[in-house]
Amino acid sequence: MSVKVNLSGESKIATRESYGKALVALGEKYPELVVLDADLAGATKTEIFQKAFPERHIDCGIAEANMMGIAAGLASCGKIPFASSFAMFATGRAFEQVRNTIAHTELNVKVAATHAGISVGEDGATHQCCEDLSLMRSIPNMIVINPCDDVEARAAVAWAAAYKGPVYLRFGRLAVPVILNADSYEFEMEKAIVLREGKDLTIFATGLEVYESLMAAEKLAEEGIDAEVVNVHTLKPIDEETICASLSKTGKGVTVEEHSIIGGLFSAVSEVAAKRCPTKILPIGIEDEFGQSGPAKELLKLYKLDADGIYEKIKQFL
Amino acid sequence: MNDLELAFHANEIRKGIIQGVHAAKAGHPGGSLSSADILTYLYFVEMNGIDPADPSNPDRDRFVLSKGHAAPVLYATLAEKGFFPKEELLTLRKVGSRLQGHPDMNLLPGVDMSTGSLGQGLSTAVGMALAGKMDQKNYRVYALAGDGEIQEGQIWEACMFAGHRKLDNLTVIVDNNGLQIDGDIAKVCSPYPLDEKFMSFNFNVIHADAHDFQSLKDAFTEARETKGMPTAIIAKSVKGKGVSFMENNAGWHGKAPNDEEYEIAMKDLEEIGAKLCQ
Repeated sequence: MSVKVNLSGESKIATRESYGKALVALGEKYPELVVLDADLAGATKTEIFQKAFPERHIDCGIAEANMMGIAAGLASCGKIPFASSFAMFATGRAFEQVRNTIAHTELNVKVAATHAGISVGEDGATHQCCEDLSLMRSIPNMIVINPCDDVEARAAVAWAAAYKGPVYLRFGRLAVPVILNADSYEFEMEKAIVLREGKDLTIFATGLEVYESLMAAEKLAEEGIDAEVVNVHTLKPIDEETICASLSKTGKGVTVEEHSIIGGLFSAVSEVAAKRCPTKILPIGIEDEFGQSGPAKELLKLYKLDADGIYEKIKQFL
Repeated sequence: MNDLELAFHANEIRKGIIQGVHAAKAGHPGGSLSSADILTYLYFVEMNGIDPADPSNPDRDRFVLSKGHAAPVLYATLAEKGFFPKEELLTLRKVGSRLQGHPDMNLLPGVDMSTGSLGQGLSTAVGMALAGKMDQKNYRVYALAGDGEIQEGQIWEACMFAGHRKLDNLTVIVDNNGLQIDGDIAKVCSPYPLDEKFMSFNFNVIHADAHDFQSLKDAFTEARETKGMPTAIIAKSVKGKGVSFMENNAGWHGKAPNDEEYEIAMKDLEEIGAKLCQ
C-alpha cells in the first residue's frame, strides 16, 4: 500500500528546524536528554532547545572532536546526548572520534548533523558535505537515518531518543515541502516506505530528494511512465525486503540523493541488488566532484537533483 | 595503606605488566611501568567506590586511561585489585581475550572508558566530570595522559572546556616520562613548558614525583581540595621504571621482552620485592 502524500508544496520547513523543535518536546519527556553544539546553535537550531532547557544545552565552542568525546563521557554516565554540528564537521572532522569513542563503545550518543549535502548552498564546497552518509554507513554499530521532511524528521528524532545506542541523523538547511501526514505517519526504523506505486521502474530517494522524485514521477506519469517511488529514510540497516520486492516488480532502479554517488544511497541499494536481486540501477546524485557556491535551488537544478533534472536523467536511462 | 604496602602492590602490578606483554609478544611496557605507581595510588588510596563486585556503581570515581596503549598497567592494576584473576593477564592481546590491545569498556568490568586513539580519552573524562556537576554528584574523575599524547590538539580542546567550566572534580595526570616512540619528547615536538600551558588553560597545576607515594598523596590531596578549577598533576616519571634495561629507553615503548629479557626483567622486580620485604 502506498502512502498518501501532499505534493502541494504549500508548507515548507527545513529539517534542522524540525530537529530543534523535536528536541524541546523530548526534553520534557527525558530529563537525561542533553544537547551539545559547537558554536552553531543558531544554525543547527539547537538554540530552540537551549531556550527551553539552558542548563541542558552544552556549547563546546568550535571544537567538534572534543564535543564528541564529551558526549561519549556524558552517555557513559547515563545521559542521552544529541551532539550537533554541520555534517561536514560532525562526520568529517570528528570521524575518528565518532568511530572510536561513540560507535565502538556503543554509547548512547546521537550524532545529529545539519547542513548536509549540496543544498547548503552559498557556503560552497568546503561546507557541502556529500560524504557523510558514506562515512557513517561504514562504521559498525551506527544507524544512519536521513528523513525527508518535517514529519519524518521529528519522528526520527523521537525514535533516536528512545533507542539506546549510537545513531546518525542527517538534516538539511533548506526549507523543504512537508509531504507526509503527521496524524497517520509512523516512523519505523529500517522500513523503507513506498510512497507511490508503479510498475515501470523504481525510484529510491532519500532526504529532500524524496519530494523531488515524487514530482519527477508525476511528470513521467504524464507520458505514461509509471514510476514507483520508495522513501529510504534509513540507509543502515537497509530494508532489503522492500528494495528487492520493488526491483523484482519493476526490473529497473534509480537512486536519488543529494550526496556523493559513492558510498551513499546508490551504494546501499546496489549492495542489496548485487547480493539478492541483480538489477540495473541508475545513480542520480553528486558525481565524484566537489560542489560550489550558489543558491540551493540553483545548485539542485545544476546538478540535476530537482524534479526536472531527475525526470531528464530517467528519460535518458529508459 | 602505608607506602610499603603500596610499593608492594606497585611491584606486583609491574610483574603483571611484564608477564602480560611477554605472553602477548607485543604491547607497551615502557609507559605502563612509568605509570604503575600512579595507578597504584589511585586504585588503592585515592579513588572511592572502586569495587569489583559493583563496577558500575553510578557514584564511583572514574578513571580514564587516555594513554590507552598503557593498557597493561590498567589490566594489572584491576587484577591486583581483584577485578579478575591474575592468570588472565596472560591472555593479553590474544584472540577472544577481554584484555584487548587497548582497553575495551564493554569487555572488561572496571574499565570506565574504551581508549587507545590518543587525545580522545581526556574529552570523555571531561564529559563524565560534567555529568557529575549536572547531577550534583560527588564522584571525581581522573584521566591519565601521556606527555607525548598531549601533542594531540584535542587534549587542549578538552582542557579549554574543562577550565572554562571550572570542573574541579576533574584531575588530569600527565605521565611525564619524557619519551615517545620517536625519542625525546623535547626533540620530537616539545610540549614544554607543561605547567604554563595547563595554567593558561585555567588549571591548577601541581608537580609530583610519579614514583614517590608521599609526593603523589600531597598532589592528589591538593587536587581534591582545589575548588573552582580542574587540576593537572605533572608527574615526573621514568619510562620503563623498575626494569633495569627498559628504564629511560624509548626502544621499550612498544616492544615485548624475549624469553631471556623476560627472565632479567622478572629478576629485577623480584629483587625489588625482596628488598621491600626486608
